[in-house]
Amino acid sequence: MSITTLFLAVIASIVVWFFLQQRLAAKPWLEEGPIDDLHDGGGFSLPTAKLGLRVFLAVVTVLFMLLIMAYGIRMALEEWRPAPQLSLLWLNTVMLVLSSVAMQFAQSASRRGEIDGVRIGLIVGGVFAVAFLGGQILAWRQLNMLVGFDVTHPAIAFFYLITGLHGLHVLGGLVACGSTTAKAWRSFDVVQVRLSVELCTIYWHFLLLVWLVLFGLLFSGNDNLGTLLTICGIR
Amino acid sequence: MVDVRLGADEAIPLAEVGEVELYHPKSWVTKYVFSQDAKVIAIQYSMTATAIGLVALVLSWLMRLQLGFPDTFSFIDPSDYLQFITMHGMIMVIYLLTAMFLGGFGNYLIPLMVGARDMVFPYVNMLSYWVYLLAVLVLVASFFVPGGPTGAGWTLYPPQAILSNTPGGGLGIILMLVSLILFIIGFTMGGLNYVVTVLQGRTRGMTLMRLPLTIWGIFTATVLALLAFPALFVGAVMMLFDRVLGTSFFIPAIVEMGTPLKHSGGSPLLFQHLFWFFGHPEVYIVALPAFGIVSDLIATHARRHIFGYRMMVWAIVAIGALSFVVWAHHMYVSGMNPYFGFYFATTTLIIAIPTAIKVYNWVLTLWKADIHLTVPMLFALGFIVTFVNGGLTGLFLGNVVVDVPLSDTMFVVAHFHMVMGVAPILVIFGAIYHWYPLITGRMLNEALGKFHFWVTFLGAYLIYFPMHYLGLMGVPRRYYAMGETAFIPQSAQQLNAFITIAALIVGFAQMVFLFNLIWSLFKGKHAGRNPWRATTLEWQTPEIPPGHGNWGKELPVVYRWAYAYNVPGAEQDFLPQNQPPAARAA
Repeated sequence: MSITTLFLAVIASIVVWFFLQQRLAAKPWLEEGPIDDLHDGGGFSLPTAKLGLRVFLAVVTVLFMLLIMAYGIRMALEEWRPAPQLSLLWLNTVMLVLSSVAMQFAQSASRRGEIDGVRIGLIVGGVFAVAFLGGQILAWRQLNMLVGFDVTHPAIAFFYLITGLHGLHVLGGLVACGSTTAKAWRSFDVVQVRLSVELCTIYWHFLLLVWLVLFGLLFSGNDNLGTLLTICGIR
Repeated sequence: MVDVRLGADEAIPLAEVGEVELYHPKSWVTKYVFSQDAKVIAIQYSMTATAIGLVALVLSWLMRLQLGFPDTFSFIDPSDYLQFITMHGMIMVIYLLTAMFLGGFGNYLIPLMVGARDMVFPYVNMLSYWVYLLAVLVLVASFFVPGGPTGAGWTLYPPQAILSNTPGGGLGIILMLVSLILFIIGFTMGGLNYVVTVLQGRTRGMTLMRLPLTIWGIFTATVLALLAFPALFVGAVMMLFDRVLGTSFFIPAIVEMGTPLKHSGGSPLLFQHLFWFFGHPEVYIVALPAFGIVSDLIATHARRHIFGYRMMVWAIVAIGALSFVVWAHHMYVSGMNPYFGFYFATTTLIIAIPTAIKVYNWVLTLWKADIHLTVPMLFALGFIVTFVNGGLTGLFLGNVVVDVPLSDTMFVVAHFHMVMGVAPILVIFGAIYHWYPLITGRMLNEALGKFHFWVTFLGAYLIYFPMHYLGLMGVPRRYYAMGETAFIPQSAQQLNAFITIAALIVGFAQMVFLFNLIWSLFKGKHAGRNPWRATTLEWQTPEIPPGHGNWGKELPVVYRWAYAYNVPGAEQDFLPQNQPPAARAA
C-alpha cells in the first residue's frame, strides 16, 4: 500500500497545485459582476481530449501501482518463488521501444505537416506494437511449456495477470491508433489528425513507461522489487 | 457585497468557450435509446438503478422475514439467506447508490449546473451507460444460474467466496466478479466525463468557487471513484483468476471437506486490503454527492446562502483525501499490528473534523433562515439528523478497543445503514422531489410526498435504533438463525420481529413514492419555470424541461455564486447566477 499511497500523494500534490491556481481561497459571496479577470470559460489550456486522456492515464497508473503493490506484498509472504527468466522479454521490450520511437516520428511529422511521415510512423509503430504483443504471447507459451509449470506459482500467475492487463491496454491503443491511421489515410490535411496522433503518441509513451517499470521491477531480475522495498525500508 | 455594476459601455465580451459540436439525434432510437444526451443517459441510469434497487429491497424483506420469524418460511434456507444479504449489499452500494448519484444525478446536473451543452465526451458517456446496463444484466443473470448468486457476503472475502460449498460458489461468484469488472469499466468511462466536464466545460464566469456544492460533491466523489475502483478491479480480476484458472493469489493451502485443494501460498488478507482500499472511499463516493446535494436543497428551501461556502468546499476535498488513508479500520479484527490499528484509528477520527464542519454549517445555514418545510427540505433535515446519528456510531467503531467486541454484530449493520444507507437515500429522495419539476415539468404530489417522508424517516429509526441494542447485546450479523443461544434473550427475538414489521411497512411506503412518480408524470401540477425560485443555472434554461443542447443560442454567463438568496436591495429574494448585475440595478 505504501507505493500506492506515495502515488496518491503525488496526485494529491497535483490537485493542490491545480486548486492553488484556481483561487480556491476566493470569497465568492463578495464578488459579483463582469468576469474578465475571473474565469473566461474553459479550464486547463490544453485540449479537452488531452485532459481526458491524462485523467485516464492517472486511473491506469493506479491500476498498475496496485498490481505492483500486490506483487510486493505477496513477495514478502511465505512460499514465494521467483519467476523463471525469459530472455524473450528483452526482445519484446526493444519492440515496444521501437514502436514508441515510430510514434514519436509520426508526431514530429504531423508537427512539420508531412502527412507521409505521419502515415509511415503510425504504420511502423502499429507493426512494432503488434510484434510486441506477439512476443508477449510467445512468452506466455514459453512459460507454459516449462517443466514444472504450475498455476499456483505466484510469480508466474502475476506474470500472466500483469502482462495480460498491459497487453489489453496495448490492444486498446492499437484500436485507437488504427482509427487514427485510417483517418490519416483518408485525409491529406495534417491538421485534422494532429491531435489524434499526439494522443496516440502520449498513450504509447505511457504504456512503454509502464512496461519499463513492470519489466524493471518484476520481470527482468530475480528480486528487483524486493531490493527496492528493502532500500526504502518497507521490507 | 462588492457590487461591480456594469456601465453602458462595458459590454461583456462574447463567451470564449468554444462551441462544442453537438451530436444531433436523427431517429427515435438515437434520441431515446442509444442517446448521447447526458439528460437521457441520466434518466436511463436512474431507471436502471431504481429497477435493480427494487430487487435489493425485496431481498431485504426476505432477509427480514427470516430474521423476524425464524422457522416460519420454508422457502428460505440458510444458503438462500446468505445469498440475499450478499446481493442486497452489493446491489445497494454499487449498482444503486453509486450509479444513481454519479450516473444519474451527475449526468443530469453537471452539464446544466456548470452551463455546458452536454458532457465533453458524449459518445463515451453513452457507452458508459450500456456497459453499466450489461453489468446489471450479468448480475441479474447470476440469480438464474445453477446454485444461484454468490452468498459470500458483499465483501466477497476469500477463501470462502470461491470455495465450492459457499452458496453460489459455482457460476454465481464468477458472474458477480465479471459484473463488477464491467461496472468498473463502465464507470471509468462515465467518470472521465464528469471530471473533465467540470474542469473544461464550465461556462464563462463559472469559477470553481462559484460552482454549486452539488457539483463539488459529485466532482470530488468521481475523482475518488476513479482512483478507488481500480483496487476493486484488481481484486476482482485476481479472484476470477483464482476461481477460474486455479491460481493462488488469495487462496492459501486449504483443506475443503477433507480434501486438500491445489491452491497454496495465497494471501486472503491481500484481498481485504484491496477491497477496503476501494471500500472505504466508496463510502464517500456515496456520501459526498449527498453532502453536496443536501447543501443546495437546504440553501434553496431555507432561502439563505450556505453558511461557510469555502469551508464546505475545503471540507469536501479534505474528506475525499482522508478517505484514502483509513481503509484498514474495516480490518481491526484481521490480526493487524497494534500500531497499524493505532494509525488507522487516528486517521479515522480525524475525518470527523471536516465532517463536523459540514454538519455545523448546515445547521448554521438553517439558523434564523426562512425555512420552507417543503418535501425536499424535510428530506434534507431528515438527512442531517440521520447522518449525525450514523456518524456518531462511526466514532465508536473507529476506535479499535470499541470496534473489536462490536465487530460483526448488528451494531455495525445499524451503523452503516444509518450513515451510508438511509442518509444518502433520504438525499436521493429529496433530490428527486426537488428536480422532478425540472426533469418532467410537473410537481410531485406533496401530500403523498409528506406521507412518504414521514413513514420512511420514522420507519428507518424504528428499524435501526433497536438494531444498535441488538448489536450491543452481541447478536451477530449474517446469521441465518440464532437457535438456542444462551446470551441472546427472548426479547431480542421480539425486537427482531418488530424490526421486520417496521421494515415491511417502510418498504411498502416506497411503492407510494413510485406511484407518485408515475401519477405525477401525467396528473401532477404544472411546475412552470423555476418553482423553487432557485439560483442555480439548471433552472434558468430557455426551455423547461431543458431541451437538447440545454441552452438556446448562447451559453449563459455567470455573474455570482450559487447562493445569492435574500440579498439586501434585490427585487426578489433570489438572484440567479446568470442575471446580469445591471439588470438588477435597474
